[in-house]
Amino acid sequence: MTETPILAVEDLVVRYRGQHRETIALNGISFVLGRERLGIVGESGSGKTTVGRALLRLLPPRTEVTARRLDFAGQDLRALDEAAMRNIRGRRISMVLQDPKFSLNPVMTVGRQIAESYRVHHKASRKEARERALAMLEELSIREPGKVFDLYPHEVSGGMGQRVMIAMMLVPEPALLIADEPTSALDVTVQAQLLTLIDALIRRRGMALLLISHNINLVASFCDRVMVMYAGRVMETCRAADLAEARHPYTRGLLACRPVVDETREELATLARDPRWLEAAEP
Amino acid sequence: MTSAAASGGLKAWLTSESPDSRIQARLGRWYGGWVSLRGNPLAFSGLAIVVFLLLVALLGPSIVTGSPFDQDLQGRLAPPSAVHWFGTDSLGRDILVRLVYGSRITLTIIFLVSVIVLPVGLVVGTVAGYLGGIVDAVLMRVTDIFLAFPRLVLALAFVAALKPGIDTAIIAISLTTWPPYARLARAETLTIRNTDYIQAARLQGASVARLLWSHVMPLCLPSVIVRLTLDMAGVILTAAGLGFLGLGAQPPAPEWGLMIADGRQYVLDQWWVATIPGIAIFTVSLGFNLLGDGLRDVFDPKGL
Amino acid sequence: MTETLEPREKTARIRRFRPLILLRAAFRLVVSIALTLFGLTMATFVIGRLIPIDPVLAIVGDRAPQDVYDATRLELGLDQPLYLQYFHYLKKLLAGDFGVSLFSSQPVLTDLLNVLPATIELATVAIVIGVFLGLPMGVVAASNQGRWPDHLIRVVGLIGYSMPVFWLGIIGLLLFYGQLGWVSGPGRVDAAFEGAVDPVTGFLLIDSLLAGNTEIFFNALSHIVLPASLLGYVSLAYISRMTRSFMLGQLRQEYILTAQLKGLSRRRVIWRHALGNIMVPLITVIALSYGYLLEGAVLTETVFSWPGLGLYLKNSLFNADLNAVLGGTLAVGSAFIGLNMLSDVAYLVFDPRAR
Repeated sequence: MTETPILAVEDLVVRYRGQHRETIALNGISFVLGRERLGIVGESGSGKTTVGRALLRLLPPRTEVTARRLDFAGQDLRALDEAAMRNIRGRRISMVLQDPKFSLNPVMTVGRQIAESYRVHHKASRKEARERALAMLEELSIREPGKVFDLYPHEVSGGMGQRVMIAMMLVPEPALLIADEPTSALDVTVQAQLLTLIDALIRRRGMALLLISHNINLVASFCDRVMVMYAGRVMETCRAADLAEARHPYTRGLLACRPVVDETREELATLARDPRWLEAAEP
Repeated sequence: MTSAAASGGLKAWLTSESPDSRIQARLGRWYGGWVSLRGNPLAFSGLAIVVFLLLVALLGPSIVTGSPFDQDLQGRLAPPSAVHWFGTDSLGRDILVRLVYGSRITLTIIFLVSVIVLPVGLVVGTVAGYLGGIVDAVLMRVTDIFLAFPRLVLALAFVAALKPGIDTAIIAISLTTWPPYARLARAETLTIRNTDYIQAARLQGASVARLLWSHVMPLCLPSVIVRLTLDMAGVILTAAGLGFLGLGAQPPAPEWGLMIADGRQYVLDQWWVATIPGIAIFTVSLGFNLLGDGLRDVFDPKGL
Repeated sequence: MTETLEPREKTARIRRFRPLILLRAAFRLVVSIALTLFGLTMATFVIGRLIPIDPVLAIVGDRAPQDVYDATRLELGLDQPLYLQYFHYLKKLLAGDFGVSLFSSQPVLTDLLNVLPATIELATVAIVIGVFLGLPMGVVAASNQGRWPDHLIRVVGLIGYSMPVFWLGIIGLLLFYGQLGWVSGPGRVDAAFEGAVDPVTGFLLIDSLLAGNTEIFFNALSHIVLPASLLGYVSLAYISRMTRSFMLGQLRQEYILTAQLKGLSRRRVIWRHALGNIMVPLITVIALSYGYLLEGAVLTETVFSWPGLGLYLKNSLFNADLNAVLGGTLAVGSAFIGLNMLSDVAYLVFDPRAR
């Protein structure tokens, strides 16, 4: 592929300096993302959430980020100042959070929040921004967008709230969308709907997607490639289609843990963690 | 060699992760709190001030020479000097001596108000929280009514009816200070009312009184103590205000607020008579505020 | 794959019944205030009965003949059982009869209405200073948590609410009036200007402007600036502390991260997003601060010889004018209660989640 990759990350390390000791959230992550969908799978504490925040430089204070390479569309993210980063956020790279109950401003109507997202990056009047927001809501299959525009976050359901979040993050037309557990707070029935929607939107716009989740099935069904993380390291990266032939014992362990409906087993498998995984894994 | 081993031993004993006795566990917790407090310079200075007040009140009168009532009309309104470190007031009394004896009055007020307010608040709050229902509703109504009263003004009216004096002032202040503690205690009680170990104690046959006394109240103590410390800062100011108006301790008592009132007319030329007692009041109030903030960080460290 | 979504059914229903819900909450509020005022009047009644002085003797004098004493006693209703006496007391209060002041020989209510504007004027100017300085200070402290602006603002605040206000007033007068001569001394206006302006609103600053008399306006300003600034300082100490605390609570929320993800500047995130979420508790804080100012008016007005409700209370106290003291207590108490309850009202009006 001769096209510049959307993301090129090499040896990303994130250290958090606490009061008494230092925690290493990411211990040398490397990956490349093209115009495709990459899923990051891991358990809690694997560092998968930190990846997205490190890219957008939105980590808590006293956090140290170093990398041999941290490029977005050929641009070195480390060299950008805060003002330049603000231009990237929302406009070039967007991130969707997990639970709209908490991730939306409770005292602002959802429409205004979406419109604001547009006006930050484009000089537009309130009317224009409103039109854009309404168009976005429609694209997210929300009927009566005019009514929904004036609702407050607590007046919409979880599924709709998440659609609002996605609308808010896609309205400035970014090139990359990072979805951090986008369906984890939703009912199972709504989860699949939402992911299909995201999928369609991404394809329509020719965007790249970084899907972060703890659910390996989900990631396998919606992504082109899968990256398995554990304890701040990458255990394995492979194509979603080839997941069944994964080589790393951690990946195999995760796959084996899934309960399958049409199979009889004596016992459910559990993951036996090998301390050797904490040392350097595959480059 | 042995002292190093001994102190190493004591510290290790206090910070042990698996204490052998309740005493050890309790002292260990206190030690942990002490370390936190020590690490916070502002809170530690607050503690230092409060301890200093205690020392002055207890030992001061033995150290300073002279009585707070000794008048010297020849040497009245004398500026600070080697003889009178803080000068003399309108009747020639040494201000430093009066300040020292006045600390006793301050301490008495704080102590008595606490002793009245804590039990009343705790009892009302825990009973309301535990029994619930109509008892809760009535008690909380009463609490809310008292909570809504303006402290100083009500104290004023109270004193208007009865004889002005330090006892009246203490009662008046206490009457308006106890409600928040009832509220706090009730909140804590509601939280732990349904926990398993309370249920277990009930199954063992513990009476309501015993439950509340041994199990519920100790858990309310941290937040109540923090609140009390912070409130003491305000109580001192209110008491001083009453003293200033002549409604607290009566002359010739060396109450700090009263001293400010005495010195007020001379403030333009003999500033020290009114200023210095005010600095004392301010310092003590500040000390309690700092200590209260520090204690709150120790008990509830959410970085606020 | 175009499933459609409607706004929740529940929301539609809630919106239809909104006026009813508001009404019910308002009703509960009124009952709450009424009960508390009830308690306050009972307190003043009890206090009024606590006096060791015989109220009859206070009126007729010690040398009155027995039948005059008896007649007066009957007139005052003192032979009746206590609860009936309270009932009559309450009735009189509701009719606006607070008794007659021993000192001014006027109905206490008239006295109160005369002195109230001065107190309100001072308290309002002070709270305006407190809010305009305290709010930004709290916001700045929160957004710079742990750094020097935060520490500085916290210390300034700490000093502010550890300080006895009356002492601060005395020192202030000593410094800014006695030594530096920057402001005028005690009193609301210079003695020469007393009563020179028509009391339209009762607020000198407004009335003098209405009368077009700039000389008196500036004189009144020079008298109010010191007490208002000192009271403002004490208010801003509390307001900035609470603002900081609320802000810190908000800055931990996820919607702040979302706002940053949209590319908003930190300043916009704080002032446009976070601040809107603390408005309701802030209103409570401001109302409480105002209440403290009214409560402390007794001390401040004594120090500054400010002819307001506080000074009236104190003078009545020393004149043993019980009706006036109790009337004044009721006035301040009611205002205090009203301000306390304001928080509930604010919540209903401003928080979209309450609707």
